[in-house]
Amino acid sequence: MSRTAREAWDVVVVGAGGAGLRAAIEARERGMRCAVICKSLFGKAHTVMAEGGIAASMGNVNEGDNWQVHFRDTMRGGKFLNHWRMAELHAREAPDRVWELETWGAVFDRTRDGKISQRNFGGHEYPRLAHVGDRTGLELIRTLQQKIVSLQQEDHRETGDYESRLKVFQEYTVTRLLKAGADGDSAAGERIAGVFGYARESGRFFAIEAPSVVLATGGIGKSFKVTSNSWEYTGDGHALALLAGASLINMEFVQFHPTGMVWPPSVKGILVTESVRGDGGVLRNSDGRRFMFDYVPDVFKEKYAESEAEGDRWYQDPDNNRRPPELLPRDEVARAINSEVKAGRGSPHGGVFLDVSTRLPAEDIKRKLPSMHHQFKELADVDITAEPMEVGPTCHYVMGGVDVDPDTAAAVGVPGLFAAGEVAGGMHGSNRLGGNSLSDLLVFGRRAGLYAAEHAASFPGAGRPVVSEADLEAAEAEALRPFGAEGGDPAVSEELAENPYALHQELQQAMNDLVGIIRKGPEMEEALRRLTELRARSRRAGVEGHRQFNPGWHLALDLRNMLLVSECVARAALERTESRGGHTRDDHPAMDRRWRRLNLVCRLNGDSTEPGADPLLGRVRLERREMPPIRDDLLALFDKEELVKYLTDEELTS
Amino acid sequence: MSYDAHFKVWRGDADGGSLVDYTVTVNEGEVVLDIIHRLQATEAADLAVRWNCKAGKCGSCSAEINGRPRLMCMTRMSLLDPAEPVVVTPMRAFPVVRDLVTDVSFNYAKAREVPSFVPPAGVGPGEYRMQQEDVGRSQEFRKCIECFLCQNTCHVVRDHEENKPVFAGPRFLMRVAELDMHPLDGAAEAGIDRKRGAQEDHGLGYCNITKCCTEVCPEHIKITDNALIPLKERAVDRKYDPLVWLGSKIRRRV
Repeated sequence: MSRTAREAWDVVVVGAGGAGLRAAIEARERGMRCAVICKSLFGKAHTVMAEGGIAASMGNVNEGDNWQVHFRDTMRGGKFLNHWRMAELHAREAPDRVWELETWGAVFDRTRDGKISQRNFGGHEYPRLAHVGDRTGLELIRTLQQKIVSLQQEDHRETGDYESRLKVFQEYTVTRLLKAGADGDSAAGERIAGVFGYARESGRFFAIEAPSVVLATGGIGKSFKVTSNSWEYTGDGHALALLAGASLINMEFVQFHPTGMVWPPSVKGILVTESVRGDGGVLRNSDGRRFMFDYVPDVFKEKYAESEAEGDRWYQDPDNNRRPPELLPRDEVARAINSEVKAGRGSPHGGVFLDVSTRLPAEDIKRKLPSMHHQFKELADVDITAEPMEVGPTCHYVMGGVDVDPDTAAAVGVPGLFAAGEVAGGMHGSNRLGGNSLSDLLVFGRRAGLYAAEHAASFPGAGRPVVSEADLEAAEAEALRPFGAEGGDPAVSEELAENPYALHQELQQAMNDLVGIIRKGPEMEEALRRLTELRARSRRAGVEGHRQFNPGWHLALDLRNMLLVSECVARAALERTESRGGHTRDDHPAMDRRWRRLNLVCRLNGDSTEPGADPLLGRVRLERREMPPIRDDLLALFDKEELVKYLTDEELTS
Repeated sequence: MSYDAHFKVWRGDADGGSLVDYTVTVNEGEVVLDIIHRLQATEAADLAVRWNCKAGKCGSCSAEINGRPRLMCMTRMSLLDPAEPVVVTPMRAFPVVRDLVTDVSFNYAKAREVPSFVPPAGVGPGEYRMQQEDVGRSQEFRKCIECFLCQNTCHVVRDHEENKPVFAGPRFLMRVAELDMHPLDGAAEAGIDRKRGAQEDHGLGYCNITKCCTEVCPEHIKITDNALIPLKERAVDRKYDPLVWLGSKIRRRV
């Protein structure tokens, strides 16, 4: 008999960032009882780190903006690999999602006529990002958090219990999705039945039974050494979905944000917002040259300024000038910085210079970029109003994720499972534009909550999938394994336990060095070999102490997820023999139109996660899948000359 | 550039604990949280600590360093004397869970007691119009990262457990002020008196403006001057707050 406590809810949301909270709000407003599970305290999710803004074509600053322009920018940014339907829904619905936040108490920066102000950002044709200084993510998370509290207050008035319909299980971690057959135990027609995990504080196990589960767990950045991501970003949702039989797409596309801090070493990777460039900051190499003018790719030639003078004029007169190339999409800028440093024109600590001090008055910098000013002053002893910053690329975002239905956010192949936000794939194609993440969270968070609620409502009371005892016992045994590793559990290995921290560092180093911003075939093959070795050793990851708030144990369990998603990234990256967006091959430097139509789909190999499976075999298998053709009226938004750069001749003629 | 530092870290749980000595390497540019992580990775794998962003934006890694409430991620080792031990203890005002992790549920309970933003009647989504100068003050308070250092340091509750039921603490009194100063908040029309609520439900009168909260705020929000004192002044029934009453008498005499 398992000793796991069970509860029953209608919808479980895993993750309490922007997407998770928006999904929970929607599910609760649709009348479902909703449980939110998050690894951190409520209100601390990684969304707070988002700085620049929320992209939505409200047209408050430039009336020329509309959803079609936003759609176009998004497709260009993703090099046309985006699922067109997701990009369309996102562009159409983003303004409503932003306006709604104001009715929940969000306080955005204002235009002179009192509307929500919007700022320029890389890849966006018009000023489009609703923002609050450079702390927009904090405003978003706090607003959603406070909306949830207000719904709990309503429930309290009606039922006397704040948590009767919407409860946040904070500092809980999910380690398995649970499924059940349509008729009891049969494997046929398996669907989601709930989640299993542990409370971080006490170490106790828990299971929540629910017909709908929404994954909103964010990304995978903690598999890389230099990253802007927090400890939570261990690819949990990606791995949980794979283990439950879902598939992942676009995992080869990892965004390296061009501007992370490079000094001092302890803060290497921490994000420096793109708003610095949106508000006038420029990139220079050690010769003082604005090198981005040398890196405008052909597909973007007509859209960007050819001289510094034109770029500078654009800030005041965008209708008659083209934007400076510092505002190219992130993949382009990150590659350019990488090339400058490699060519020996970097800054003293291996980055390039990002300068806003000679571009704006000190007071403006402090007002527009307060948290950057604060961050550099406190962490690097640099006054950004008086001197340039040193910046370099940092692993920031994974475009790849759970393969979902674009309209409903339902995971393909697993009834009852939904995914939204960074953990979902398709929306951003091969590269995400800045500002499109927060809007993605809101648009698809709401949709996931809505359809998860509908799905749950189709299982009234009896007839709900029931979690089996055997599944619970297996999940418990898996979670306890790190405590038995020391001294050699003969079923696992007779060798000594491994330190989970050391394993994690080796994984991060391997991914950083071998599957990083610039990739080569033989290096990725080496990465796969190292991942195999790490996978074998991770089975012996052992911990001391007990289960109460034990970070070593938590990390030992997270390793499974990071190794799985890292294998997906490496395998897909090795397979795609072209360069596009967040996937750059030194050995295949050109974009290839034939690859534009193909998604690489990752699935779990048969029984590869069973305890008896050979750890030396890969866990993941790849398939190529053709993308659905873009709808005609959406294609018609682009000029023929532009489409020729992306689509094959057959696609253009058909 | 590196040196060996002497750390004394509180280890224990609700049943008690003590300071444990560690000698640990410190490199250039590091912050206290880096050192705690080094301890985890080398000699104390199960050392419990909360953290997330490591950039002063999420407010998770609050603790007391040499007795002073601070974010560990924003406390640079270069500010501390290498010859002296660095003492790291959990926040004192909240019950210990384990090591540096405390039970901060007090704050979440208080958050629920503040009436939420009331959307103004008759103003639909997309129709909100507010001037920048009118939202500046609310925005200052919304910079709060909820690290709860102000709640931890406020003497009304720091050593007075008995005050917790009736006192929301600086963070949530500031939340009342933020909503009260929101240009479009419709609370009054809905019959909610935020100023009276601050006095009667959230214990504003307990605050005697010693500014301890402002001093520890990592976001440099002027909690006392910009939120608490104005809220006291705006409170309907002034006589309930002896300090404001006294202040008004003194000012009149001058």
